[in-house]
Amino acid sequence: MIDWIKQLPGNVIDFIGPEIIIATAKVVLVFGVLLVTTLLVIWFERRVIADMQARVGPNRWGPFGLFQTLADGIKLFFKEDFRPAAADRWTFVIAPVMAMVPAFLAFAVVPLGDHVVIAGHRVDLVMSDLNIGILYFLAVGSLGVYGVVLAGWASGSKYPLIGSIRSTAQMISYEIALGLSLVPIALVAGSLSTVDIVAAQAGTYDNIVLFGRDLNFLEGIIPHWFIVQQWPAFLIFLVAGIAETNRAPFDLPEAETELVAGYHTEYSGIRFAMFFLGEYVHVVAISAMAATLFFGGWHGWNPAFPAAIDWLRWIVPIFWFTIKTVAFVYLFVWLRATLPRLRYDRLMWVGWKRLIPGALVWIVVTAVLNSDPEEVPTSARLWVMAVVFAILLAWVWRGDPRLTALEPWRKKEVTRGTA
Amino acid sequence: MDVAVFVAVFVLALGSSLAMLFARNAVHVALFLVAGQVALAVAFLLQGAFFVAAVQVIVYAGAIMVLFLFVIMLLGVDQREALIEPLPGQRPLAIGLGALLVLEILYASMRGLDLASASPEGSAALARLNADPGNVEALARLLFSDFLLPFEVTSVLLVAAIVGVMALARRMGGPLTASERSDRAEEVAA
Amino acid sequence: MTLDSYVPILFLIVLSTLFAVASIWVSSRIGPRAPTPAKLTPYESGIVPEGGIEKQRFPVKFYLVAMLFIIFDIETVFLYPWAVAYDNLKLFGLIEMGVFIAILLAAYVYVWRRGGLEWVD
Repeated sequence: MIDWIKQLPGNVIDFIGPEIIIATAKVVLVFGVLLVTTLLVIWFERRVIADMQARVGPNRWGPFGLFQTLADGIKLFFKEDFRPAAADRWTFVIAPVMAMVPAFLAFAVVPLGDHVVIAGHRVDLVMSDLNIGILYFLAVGSLGVYGVVLAGWASGSKYPLIGSIRSTAQMISYEIALGLSLVPIALVAGSLSTVDIVAAQAGTYDNIVLFGRDLNFLEGIIPHWFIVQQWPAFLIFLVAGIAETNRAPFDLPEAETELVAGYHTEYSGIRFAMFFLGEYVHVVAISAMAATLFFGGWHGWNPAFPAAIDWLRWIVPIFWFTIKTVAFVYLFVWLRATLPRLRYDRLMWVGWKRLIPGALVWIVVTAVLNSDPEEVPTSARLWVMAVVFAILLAWVWRGDPRLTALEPWRKKEVTRGTA
Repeated sequence: MDVAVFVAVFVLALGSSLAMLFARNAVHVALFLVAGQVALAVAFLLQGAFFVAAVQVIVYAGAIMVLFLFVIMLLGVDQREALIEPLPGQRPLAIGLGALLVLEILYASMRGLDLASASPEGSAALARLNADPGNVEALARLLFSDFLLPFEVTSVLLVAAIVGVMALARRMGGPLTASERSDRAEEVAA
Repeated sequence: MTLDSYVPILFLIVLSTLFAVASIWVSSRIGPRAPTPAKLTPYESGIVPEGGIEKQRFPVKFYLVAMLFIIFDIETVFLYPWAVAYDNLKLFGLIEMGVFIAILLAAYVYVWRRGGLEWVD
């Protein structure tokens, strides 16, 4: 491949420019890998859930049923792809595309590895290192809502409309929590670029002092990943991220017991496949972002290791990145197999009354903890921590009245009865 | 390349705006508006204003347009739209304001596009920002020093918006206040 | 030039859109097409649908959520430049943002107390 590029007539490369060739190659490669990954993730999910339910799962097509999704995908091409009479013609066509494209776009800022040198050109293993990386990720995510809204409206049918309204309200509610949960990361890293954020997570924690005791034995063991000090932000990010993908336990938009299939009820054939594809790419994107922003991205446990052999130097980071992303995909699958679906009012309760204030408080705490030690004395920091803990304790102690009280509709009955 | 991108953005923005004006269906109108917003975001990119471009997509295309679509869907607007104006006198007012805007643009383009130098502080701020193009940090330094008051006033504005939202949506959900409860009791009694 | 880093994104948009359009086109070529009036009616679990979606009405709650979303979205957007420049803004930045967040938290508490965040009455 490299030789082939070298043998190309020099003037062609000069005319197009090596940058354009590299960019095109990156885009095609990432797109292709994502398509294959989606096929594998769907297979992975079916196998893992089958295993958790003591079933066999897909095992006919290829080794371990590996080609099952491919077969399903090909089958969908041959299915009738009809448009209901009540549907809005163009919007009905655009909606699946709008659901799929933003999911792919999120990958543009994910650093997959360090860099390689091909034919004298340094190629960073990230599609584009934007200086507004995190905001780009959020912007693309906010455009993902359109696929759902338009699908529901364009179908001209009641179930999809209800599903899409629900789904949109859910997605926008959790989008705020998602956005707020990444502010502390920007603060700690001092940058919005994902490449800078990964670079800020290199190395390990040294000089670990806890309650005045020097914990020497931990030195060089705990990697300098943001999860260590930003775990509350990570929890918020994770919950909001799962809700953004509309997956269990937040899969109300597709609640089959009440809404058939939610916003894509009227879709069939390949257009349905596109919603499916978009959802799984979204899952992989959230997993990749979690790995990048909180778990050191492509940094391995021991960064000194791969330096020995040249080709290992770029293979090992990709390996680490893949391992971390797959771990999160596994978590998504695990949650789907384990948790029942939330009720809609509880869903809104979690998003608006817990995640958003929690994220705001955590931003303030992070800001105080990372302030200049000369300006903000340690005692002030301790006070802030104490107050925050007191509030949290009081909050937990009070509990959620809804969890202990009567169900809302029964409460209504009771009040009506007494009135 | 700049020129090519500019022409593309121009065509997209103008095309979607025109399409928006002539679309019959309210949802289509909203969609063309989204396309216009995204085109504007690209125009901001072209100016090196990366942060503003991201904000344009997040706030306008991602939030405000979603509200538009929501309202259209919630109200169940069907395709036969009423042609009677709910507020009288909109049309002459719109024509007058539009003519004013055209005059303004004509004046500005004839004077040259050197509007930034019209105010010394503005041009100084612009120069500082452009010294480090697209740098969110430079923008933050300006926003949190020279433009501190507008920034804090924004929060008050947002609070006003929240209060407004609550006032609009007063009747639904939530416990009624004491006065509302007595109002309702009076209504029932009457 | 700084716009260069956005070129791959443009390529990605074009590629993924092309992929979507191409697969819809291929499917429309090789898939069967046999529409019947019953097939084209909206799916309502076998019941003959009555009335279109124009008649649907939704709780105004959804509208409230969308408006609150815009307000908090704007707040989030303001937090990012502050977070990035935090090291340079020093204590002053902390206090500034403390005031900003405090004002909005007060509004948030107001909405909560007024029942704006309740989903069921």
